Amino acid sequence: MKVAVLVFPGSNCDQDMLGAWQLMPEVECQYVFHSESSLEGFDVVAVPGGFSYGDYLRCGAIARFSPVMKALQEFAESGKPVIGVCNGFQILLEAGLLEGALLRNEGLSFICRPEKLRVVNKHSMFTSAYAENQILEIPIAHGEGNYYCDAETYARLKSNGQILFEYEHNPNGSFMNIAGICNSKGNVLGMMPHPERVVESLLGGTDGLPLFHSILNFCQHKTA
Amino acid sequence: MYPNPQQIKDQKIYSRMGVSDGEFEKITEHLGGRLPNYTELGIFSVMWSEHCSYKNTKPQLRKFPTKSPKVLQGPGEGAGVIDIGDGLAVVFKIESHNHPSAVEPFQGAATGVGGIIRDVFSMGARPVACLNSLRFGELSNERNRYLFEKVVKGISAYGNSVGVPTVGGEIYFDDCYNGNPLVNAMCVGLLKHEDLQKGVAGGIGNSVLYVGSSTGRDGIHGATFASENLSEESESKRPSVQVGDPFMEKLLIEACLEAIQHPKIIGIQDMGAAGLSCSSAEMAAKGGVGIELNLDLVPQREKNMSAYEMMLSESQERMLLVVEKGYETEVADIFKKWDLYAVNVGTVIEEPILRVKHKGVTEAEMPVQALTEEAPVYYRNSAEPVYFQEGMKRAASVSAEIKEQAEQKYQNNWIEMLKGLLATSSIASKRRVFQQYDYMVQTNTVAGPEKSDAAILRIRGTQKALAMTVDCNSRYVYLNPEKGGALCMAEASRNIIASGAQPIGVTDGLNFGSPENPEIFWQIEKSVDGIVAACKAFDIPVIGGNVSLYNERSSMGAVYPTPIIGMVGLIDNPAHITTQMVKHAGDSLILIGGNEQAAFGGSELQKMLFGAVYGDCPGIDLEEAAQLNMRMLEAIHQGLVRSAHDVSEGGLAVCLAEKLFGTGLGAKVSYEAEDPINWLFAEGGHRWVLSTAEPEKVLALFGAHASLIGEVLAEPSLELWGESLPVAGAEQIWANALDHLVELAG
Repeated sequence: MKVAVLVFPGSNCDQDMLGAWQLMPEVECQYVFHSESSLEGFDVVAVPGGFSYGDYLRCGAIARFSPVMKALQEFAESGKPVIGVCNGFQILLEAGLLEGALLRNEGLSFICRPEKLRVVNKHSMFTSAYAENQILEIPIAHGEGNYYCDAETYARLKSNGQILFEYEHNPNGSFMNIAGICNSKGNVLGMMPHPERVVESLLGGTDGLPLFHSILNFCQHKTA
Repeated sequence: MYPNPQQIKDQKIYSRMGVSDGEFEKITEHLGGRLPNYTELGIFSVMWSEHCSYKNTKPQLRKFPTKSPKVLQGPGEGAGVIDIGDGLAVVFKIESHNHPSAVEPFQGAATGVGGIIRDVFSMGARPVACLNSLRFGELSNERNRYLFEKVVKGISAYGNSVGVPTVGGEIYFDDCYNGNPLVNAMCVGLLKHEDLQKGVAGGIGNSVLYVGSSTGRDGIHGATFASENLSEESESKRPSVQVGDPFMEKLLIEACLEAIQHPKIIGIQDMGAAGLSCSSAEMAAKGGVGIELNLDLVPQREKNMSAYEMMLSESQERMLLVVEKGYETEVADIFKKWDLYAVNVGTVIEEPILRVKHKGVTEAEMPVQALTEEAPVYYRNSAEPVYFQEGMKRAASVSAEIKEQAEQKYQNNWIEMLKGLLATSSIASKRRVFQQYDYMVQTNTVAGPEKSDAAILRIRGTQKALAMTVDCNSRYVYLNPEKGGALCMAEASRNIIASGAQPIGVTDGLNFGSPENPEIFWQIEKSVDGIVAACKAFDIPVIGGNVSLYNERSSMGAVYPTPIIGMVGLIDNPAHITTQMVKHAGDSLILIGGNEQAAFGGSELQKMLFGAVYGDCPGIDLEEAAQLNMRMLEAIHQGLVRSAHDVSEGGLAVCLAEKLFGTGLGAKVSYEAEDPINWLFAEGGHRWVLSTAEPEKVLALFGAHASLIGEVLAEPSLELWGESLPVAGAEQIWANALDHLVELAG
């Protein structure tokens, strides 16, 4: 299975994302620079966190114009898994691959700390290895992770099962405690918490691992 | 537009740049009797500022032991380098950004972080962690709250964006820092031996490559500004403060680390203080060559910049490279991939001079040795201060006065005294601050803030880990600089040891007032002596550091002498990683080290009871401390230690409380102390509290230096002499105190 980790100027969780995937021997993971125009041959694309283009103008607003984003649109349309974490989530929103927007945190400060999350929907290619309503501890590290959408969108996300993760204690003002959502087809995930930071017990937890296993299971099942 | 050489001399224009009459004469001598023009004078003034030349402190800095078989690079380069085996080395340095932070706290702190990160990757290392040591005036003052909040925001904005985790630090508040905060940032990096770079020029005819961001008018004379006292007029020096762009820095890191793999790079140096002047002069001096620059080629972000402005600009995120002739394009292409400027702006020349050309005119021509090694050195007068002499006289009565106040104000109720201490700004949790820092990015952080006495990072691909800490109790140093300096080193070593690491090196951030005041100079001399004595006793080399003088406000006097110790340690085996908090009910609590040296001068309790510190600071027996360090590591290596926390501010009582926070466990202390207030709250000596499942073995290992003081309880309360303090309540006080101090004061 081949995983691409996109690298934009200013990405800084690219190495962490690559490291998490490389824990699984079945996975071949490599960086794809933003100037590339093809994602051919990859089974999964991960858009890592960081401060692409310094988060200038608006988080993710410049990165969405990178050449690789056109290829990513096509990749997403093909139904293969795409995961965007933190700044990656912001980029996916700016690119229109997900619905809603991310505002500045309610307290106007950057927050870095472990947060409790609840798995709201385990019937997705990203969450199948979790239990329904399982409580996870996954760190957040962002200044603009306050998810917003209008009531109509929320109702649709809710009824389609597109809300995958909710915060137990809302850290940033996110609408209805939303921490992670997917698109209507269910193959594009965006989340503010960093699952790639909790994949080794030495670093304080492994609650992120099942997410990577879920995606791996999905890909293997599909090819089998 | 600029005054001519004769006007500079006649009107003493040089004095506005901090150049003395004597120094002006020397400059003229170095130029072979020719008077300097305005550009040359500007370059001399920044190169001869304390910030760049250490002219007031060189004789002091020479006292530090700087060698060990593991030191690959000592002081003199961007950062020091120590071998850690497996073909790897650790690179680290601390640097101050005090004056800029006093007038523009956000940018001042942000660019302080950016500057120290560049020092580390200019050595060829990937920056893996930052720490910071901050000092402000008391939070009851609005300006201090503003400086505090903005400095933290600046560090957060820059560090988070650039993707280097901020894993540790310390913050203290004291009136002596009113109007003159201290902002010291430390960066730690890792490199493979073969990637080690130096800031040196060489090979006549080779090219000088300017890379990174463009040059603007920001930060002109920053180094000069940093080398004078702050005053009410300092506000007008705001243009001397640089503006940071962490995005550029991130690109520059990636591009430089890629570029150093190119075999034709001769040298690389950060354009930090004194920008293009300092980097080109220092690289030339180290290589015994000269450099000719053509400023027409320098990327400029503003129009009509003069040679003077370009040479003195401290625009951020720029580096200077010397590249073998013929390979300029290959190297430049690496930077262009990252959308950075990479321009050939000069040539290495044989004659050891720095020659600056602009628009066909030679704007400056100066011997590089005159700018660097031959900068003036001052042997300042030193005098024992009156406050110190008075403090020594009062020292004998400190303990009795503490007890009288403890009786009067607290009826000797230890629970209330402990609660009071947990709410002080020194001891309160710094969560409000550190949760604004991304301390996990790069996913190497094993122990971030408030987990272990030192921050711990694993080294990917090895079994090893690094421990790091910054420490300084400036109250101790103020009361008794020599003992205080040694105590700072001892505390840093305790923190490193408690995390399970062997200390391997130190970087020192020396922050003082004006060296021209003999009493201040005495503080510098004595505290360096104290640090040197401890370095020798513990066998830890100093591999680099920073000096920041003139930390004074004309109206308020000098800050406490604040020599900050940044220390790094090495862990060989992940099983040795040790954290602060107790782990299991039933474990024994053992106090290591005696309290014979413990005292109340400069203690947190004295500050709480009297609102001031006085007397003499606590003592330490350095030989015994060195023995205890070794013994403690042995205990950890033998797997006897489940948790360890050093006894520092607030004494044993605060240490015990902190060991319980967040664990859901409690402790019962059964030790019968002869002098309870002293036993619980006095500071000093060289002590830790550890928890263990094998108390007999620990007691046997330490002999008379260990005492069994109690055990870990399943019930979350701290029980002491028949009274008990619920841990949850105490933890809440501690966790929320800083929020209260900032928000309720406003």
